[in-house]
Amino acid sequence: MPKTLFEKIWDAHLVRDAAGEPALVYIDLHLVHEVTSPQAFEALRLTGRTVRRPDLTVATMDHNVPTWDRSLPTTDEVAQQQMDTLSKNCAEFGIPLYDLNSDKQGIVHVIGPELGLTQPGMTIVCGDSHTSTHGAFGALAFGIGTSEVEHVLATQCLSQARPKTMEVRVDGQLPDGVTAKDIILSVIGRLGTAGGTGYVVEYTGEAIRNLSMEGRMTVCNMSIEWGARAGMVAPDDKTFAYLEGRSHAPQGKAFERAVEHWRSLATDPGAKYDRAELFHANDLVPVVTWGTNPGQVVPITGRIPDPKDFKDDADRRSAERALEYMGLQPGTPVQEIPIERVFLGSCTNARIEDLRAAAEIVRGKQVSRNVYAMVVPGSMLVKLQAEQEGLDKVFKSAGFDWREAGCSMCLGMNPDILKPGERCASTSNRNFEGRQGKGGRTHLVSPQMAAAAAIAGHFVDVRTWDRKN
Amino acid sequence: MQSYTKVTGTVGPLDRVNVDTDQIIPKQFLKRIERTGFGPFAFFDWRYREDGTPNPEFELNRPGYEGATILVAGRNFGCGSSREHAPWALEDMGFRTIIAPSFADIFYNNCFQNGMLPIVLPEETVNEILNRAKERPGYQLTVDLEEQTVSDEEGVVAHFDVDEFRKHCLLNGLDNVGLTLQHQEDIDAFERRRSPLLPNAKQPAASTQKEPVHAR
Repeated sequence: MPKTLFEKIWDAHLVRDAAGEPALVYIDLHLVHEVTSPQAFEALRLTGRTVRRPDLTVATMDHNVPTWDRSLPTTDEVAQQQMDTLSKNCAEFGIPLYDLNSDKQGIVHVIGPELGLTQPGMTIVCGDSHTSTHGAFGALAFGIGTSEVEHVLATQCLSQARPKTMEVRVDGQLPDGVTAKDIILSVIGRLGTAGGTGYVVEYTGEAIRNLSMEGRMTVCNMSIEWGARAGMVAPDDKTFAYLEGRSHAPQGKAFERAVEHWRSLATDPGAKYDRAELFHANDLVPVVTWGTNPGQVVPITGRIPDPKDFKDDADRRSAERALEYMGLQPGTPVQEIPIERVFLGSCTNARIEDLRAAAEIVRGKQVSRNVYAMVVPGSMLVKLQAEQEGLDKVFKSAGFDWREAGCSMCLGMNPDILKPGERCASTSNRNFEGRQGKGGRTHLVSPQMAAAAAIAGHFVDVRTWDRKN
Repeated sequence: MQSYTKVTGTVGPLDRVNVDTDQIIPKQFLKRIERTGFGPFAFFDWRYREDGTPNPEFELNRPGYEGATILVAGRNFGCGSSREHAPWALEDMGFRTIIAPSFADIFYNNCFQNGMLPIVLPEETVNEILNRAKERPGYQLTVDLEEQTVSDEEGVVAHFDVDEFRKHCLLNGLDNVGLTLQHQEDIDAFERRRSPLLPNAKQPAASTQKEPVHAR
């Protein structure tokens, strides 16, 4: 019986599959961060339980870390207490931790792949919805709540109902200036913010195969933004090349044996998905979100929609509320919307390739005088590599602020936040009300589009960038 | 875990779609290391004015909804972040039952982990309940998990579906970790079968101190 990538991984991880109960699934890697773990560790202490497999558990600090100079103290005492609590918990239970003193610290979904911990065929969980990022390697990876974090710490397993499967096929080739971010925002725009609920999605097709590992991570990362349980891409030579030589990847002969196994994971010809959706890459354009959910997208050449045009009553009211919050008028051309802030960062778009692409756009140019722009690398290793390539100088001489690694303004748990009413072109993943700061107005875009907007002071079509400048 | 059997309470109508967990509990309140005490911060940006006083415009602040225990909302409730602080905050605010046409997966799971019951009903039924609650502040519903019914004083409004196993756990207040730990032998057996090639977070396979750069 031909199987999908998801089915192969699922079946290989069943510890127990009894009728009338959810399946018990083994977890190969549990990523932990400071915000969603303290209550789970506390529960272990209260119940006299322990961490079953600290060797399959990795912790880092990312959500509320300051991104300023690491030699300066954290000014937020409550955030500091949360970080101290993680250090204490990791020491007590023997869990490896990449803390603020580590040169490998970073956003949990950036460091997992970077250290070679994320590998094809694995099951990976984390108390964070963007855990779907790791699916780019052909792993089954998804976000869990704190009670489930406790469950995995104690048992290295999760009780799970078997999700449905969906194929999202993106055929054809992406036009110049159109990125992985535009693919996933276009998918969400068409299928809706709840379109993937209950499904594990496998992204297939020529346009996905042509993406780099970084691009595939961007696509899988935002799977949760349209409700999907997880997103995956079948592993291939790009995946293996990315992993080879990384410290936690198998080495030498063991690597060859692993690759042989990884190759067998791809969906078999003739395997059936519960649902299939088709996109044509050639039709895709750079997009910008205009509202307060990631499905509210519009082409860069478009205008702000009129709520009156929404057929569904709830959608119309939602659009009205979004436009009021965003301070936008229906019919406004997207390219005429001025911005005050630019955020280049997050687990969606702060890997080396994202920074390279953005640096190409800003090289030799100056950030608009009305804009404050910052670059927050996804990890200290990304930062180091960017500095080795001189990207930091490109950004700094253009007027960008160059920061230390963390989640930063993606969710504004640290001091990096928008002021009320400020409008931001952001490479992150959520444009919810108040996400980047109370009253802040977030427009989600690709790194190239964010970089161009920083220079121009308003949204611009990167496809015409060279001609205009 | 507290069991859930039958609940009667005032409906709090929140007639909005895509209510995300950032709205349910904004990030500035996620820094606590306790599970309790999040209630006063639920829906913070909608619920309070700049000066910290209750915002009279917010649906749940209107007269008649004080002490509401059954939250009724639009589709895709609880989307976004996996933060379990969202159900903790709702429960602490008084809501152990949430009714909506659909929920985001992680939020839905998180509710059951905390002895809360998320109920999916058809959109027309939810709209009908929302309308009644808006027209008659103080409108009450009774949720009977055993019978899987939602009713008001006039009778049954709707039947709902719930996974049998989850229902069993809720009715009996069962602890999921404890249930899984009963299957230690299965877990041990699985671990003996696991591939030795899989990564160990404590022991890098390579001695290289620095990760290779990803080639252009």
